[in-house]
Amino acid sequence: MRRAAFWLVVLLLSWRFFDWALVEAVWRPDPAACRAARGACWGFIADKYRFLLFGTYPFEEQWRAALASALLVILWAVSAAVRFSRAWLLPAWLAGLVLIGVLMWGGALGLPYVDHERWGGLALTLLLTTFGLAFAFPLSIALALGRRSGLPLVRALCIGYIELIRGVPLISLLFMASVMLPLFLPGGMSVDKLLRAQLALVLFAAAYLAEVVRGGLQAVPESQYEMADALGLTALQKNRFVVLPQALRIAVPPLVGTFIGFFKDTSLVTIIGLFDLLQALKVSLQEPAWVGYGAEGYLFVALVYFAFCFAMSRYAATLENNPAGPLFTPALRPRSSSSRGWR
Amino acid sequence: MALDKKKAKRVAYQAAAAAALAAALWFIASNTAANLHARHISSGFGFLGREAGFEIGEHFLVAYDSAGSYLRALAVGLANTFKVALLGVVLATALGTLVGLGRLSRGPELRAACAAYVEFVRNVPLLVQLLFWYTLFTQLPPPDRALEPLHGFFLTNRGIYFPLPGSAPALGRFNFSGGGSVSPEFAALLVGLVLYTAAFVAEIVRAAILSVPRGQAEAGAALGLRDPQVFRSVVLPQALRAMLPPLTSQYLNLVKNSSLAVAIGYPDLVSIANTTINQTGQAIEGVAIIMAVYLTISLSIALLMNAYNARVMRR
Repeated sequence: MRRAAFWLVVLLLSWRFFDWALVEAVWRPDPAACRAARGACWGFIADKYRFLLFGTYPFEEQWRAALASALLVILWAVSAAVRFSRAWLLPAWLAGLVLIGVLMWGGALGLPYVDHERWGGLALTLLLTTFGLAFAFPLSIALALGRRSGLPLVRALCIGYIELIRGVPLISLLFMASVMLPLFLPGGMSVDKLLRAQLALVLFAAAYLAEVVRGGLQAVPESQYEMADALGLTALQKNRFVVLPQALRIAVPPLVGTFIGFFKDTSLVTIIGLFDLLQALKVSLQEPAWVGYGAEGYLFVALVYFAFCFAMSRYAATLENNPAGPLFTPALRPRSSSSRGWR
Repeated sequence: MALDKKKAKRVAYQAAAAAALAAALWFIASNTAANLHARHISSGFGFLGREAGFEIGEHFLVAYDSAGSYLRALAVGLANTFKVALLGVVLATALGTLVGLGRLSRGPELRAACAAYVEFVRNVPLLVQLLFWYTLFTQLPPPDRALEPLHGFFLTNRGIYFPLPGSAPALGRFNFSGGGSVSPEFAALLVGLVLYTAAFVAEIVRAAILSVPRGQAEAGAALGLRDPQVFRSVVLPQALRAMLPPLTSQYLNLVKNSSLAVAIGYPDLVSIANTTINQTGQAIEGVAIIMAVYLTISLSIALLMNAYNARVMRR
């Protein structure tokens, strides 16, 4: 009885939404039909999807941005499948990133050159995230090691950096990159907006990743450090062969959580006018034919972000429940008891 | 001998780090000085006393008109940040606790509904959610066709009007007057921040309660306590200890996230500082003010919560 009442309330509440979103919705890219209908105007998305995916990337060349994005997703998926713990991942990533750069910029292999001013849409969001993490990750390892260093000055600098970045909102770093950085460079030298924003994102992500890596470092048993010392390894060897492999393996689940947060945070570049997915939507909404369909647009963008983030968070959850890694899941595992109540 | 060598190495490494840092700072400082000179921008905080000359849509505690100084405008922004952050922390804690408990309830439907909410909200960028709510609040009907979901509460595209003791909103020629009101910008920012943060709070509450060993609740029941008593006097006090550190960082996140106000035009500190930078060209000072204020807030909340945490742990 209580169950029936619950579902009745849910149905009543969701009916108006489904009526708007599905029953009365217009799916054709036809502004006149949209104006006439009571429901949602998904035709707006149908008309603008290429722009939302690739921004102002030249229309005939958009297959390149599509291929590069697909390559990115494959790189991430393959790395996730092997739990980020194979030695061949490093060369694979380097090769992949170079290939993506060649595809996006062109100017080689007979591909016409496309300036990165014209990159945009979901492709840009994926690129900002991936290149951001690719550069921030090594930096974060250095910061985490530095924070645990025996050298007081190095330690102080790393702590100062990490806490400063974590203490201020990302938007202030993006403002810094967009309005202050040009003042820092010698006169006449300029770095364009996209690269400045990417730099700010890297500096931001590095501080947060460093704390996660530090957590991993702290979880490595003291005896491992002592054994490495007893073997007479240098500090570099100790970290390279003994400490980091164990620390990073422990840190993978929280790292994936940080990756998700960073992916969401890249949406802030729209505030300084970069042409990411969100900015492409805002520009589309300014077109006279499509003014007033913001709710549809933001729901669509929310679903796109959700698809990526939810997949990553499910993946992180499997890692936490299953230390052996997703590739080696036994068919039957005891169900985790975490869904049970406190009683 | 070997020890001396090691010591010398340590000194050398640190000297190298210091030298590299000093060189980088000098490079930046000298370039900045040259660039500012070339652009005829004088550095310093003297501009704070000058007349701001722009209007601010809403102010709270601090009086302001466009003849006020930049300093006053920034104070208005800071007060607005505090207003939304304080309300946000309180409401997000309340909602998050309810949802977290809902995820642990015996009813599978309620559990599923709470889980769906948490998963959806956590996996969509806050900025997208804020823009969505802002779109909804500005697409409400104009005042003369206002929605009235509850008696005396009016939803319009100019804001939300609600009755206060002794004063109810009434429709005038163009808009409502009397009662209390919030702007669409404030409403969107608050709703977005609360819904987003509450999802994270819910997960913290859930994990903290699950971290209390089941034997504790069973022992409480064996003593003859009822369920609500078990929860209030046995489970909750122990769960609070596990909850506080992660809650602190969520509160800090909420304060920092309130800076996204700049995207929907709520006049918080960042958006006023941004306007100030655009008008005066004092980019360095503007960004420095933003960073200094947020660092101060972050460090104060961290200290406060650490002190409270120490008290709870001692009990």
